[in-house]
Amino acid sequence: MSNEQIKNLEEIFEARIARDEKIEPKDWMPEKYRKTHIRQMSQHAHSEIIGMLPEGNWITRAPSLRRKAALLAKVQDEAGHGLYLYSACETLGVSRDELYEQLHTGKAKYSSIFNYPTVTWADMGAIGWLVDGAAIINQVPLCNTSFGPYARAMVRVCKEESFHQRQGFEIMLKLCNGTQEQKDMAQDALNRWWWPSLMMLGPTDAESIHTEQSMKWKLKRKSNDDLRQQFIDQTVPQAELLGLTIPDPDLKWNDEKGVYDFGEIDWDEFWQVVKGHGPCNKKRMKDRVSAWDNGKWVRDAAMAHAEKKEAKKLKEAI
Amino acid sequence: MSKNWPLWEIFVRSKNGLEHRHFGSLHASDAEMALENARDVYTRRSEGVSIWVVESSNITASNPENNGELFEPAQDKVYRHPTFYDLPDEVKHM
Repeated sequence: MSNEQIKNLEEIFEARIARDEKIEPKDWMPEKYRKTHIRQMSQHAHSEIIGMLPEGNWITRAPSLRRKAALLAKVQDEAGHGLYLYSACETLGVSRDELYEQLHTGKAKYSSIFNYPTVTWADMGAIGWLVDGAAIINQVPLCNTSFGPYARAMVRVCKEESFHQRQGFEIMLKLCNGTQEQKDMAQDALNRWWWPSLMMLGPTDAESIHTEQSMKWKLKRKSNDDLRQQFIDQTVPQAELLGLTIPDPDLKWNDEKGVYDFGEIDWDEFWQVVKGHGPCNKKRMKDRVSAWDNGKWVRDAAMAHAEKKEAKKLKEAI
Repeated sequence: MSKNWPLWEIFVRSKNGLEHRHFGSLHASDAEMALENARDVYTRRSEGVSIWVVESSNITASNPENNGELFEPAQDKVYRHPTFYDLPDEVKHM
């Protein structure tokens, strides 16, 4: 195809997206669109899969059967979300194995937030409330993104995500209405998860390299800074309801702008964690890779069994 | 030996009276496992009463590049629609 023809196709393509038409896997698409989608969808899938690890840490130690059943269901949902997203990603012609390979070798990233440790039960509350809260803000606009399989997967993810946040808030509420020690535990969890949750919404607009293109393709509907502001404005009143203090001395209501002003985010910390120097990066990767490696004999045995059954069926047919 | 589990397309009937609809795909070693995994992946909240699984490699799909010759001929056959026919207003129930 000549450059002119490609340029022409690209214009038709961009116009389709501008008209809110969906792009489906077999449609012609610019190579950059395909690559960007593989990158974003797989990062998203990896985040769901790695995201199971910090919470998995507390399943066996949940304080009641009710909490345990809920946490187990939440972690199972995350596995499901990872699978929806991997399968959406595979429609672009990349294999599951390649995607895992990228995760396991560190070539692909996952959300940095999962590189922080979960040291108390209150962290299950804070993660549901804050981390899932920030995730919902990120994800809801993606239900209308231009790539059909991604949009459909996100509709399903968003439907299920609301239970995650509510169960987290309920854990916090229970602790905050408990003994002083329990309330302190909740405050401590908020102190540790607040800033990483703000970072989760991505670098500031000035530093965000993908924003403009992503807006055009509807991979993004609002900028990182706008999403962050939205998250803060909706979360502060929830913290007040819990009787907890947001760990930011500069946080205050700005009457003129109608939003909360907030303090400086430590972006050095963010980039350190992204680059692999967070408190749990190595552990997360080790746990993930060893789960995959240790499961190999099971996958192989299942495949061998399936082939044997198939061969037997064929033999009987003859 | 390392052979990857094949990909399966999953179709779910939400309730009796409705058709099976494509829900997504997943990997499984055989059809039986695909059914079991589909139950866990796509119907955790009573989304279905029946599941079909089809190995993806068995699906033949039309190519969007041929959409013109495939689908455009229908556009100039308006006589296939009831509104093509002019009838007097007095005609009822038609």
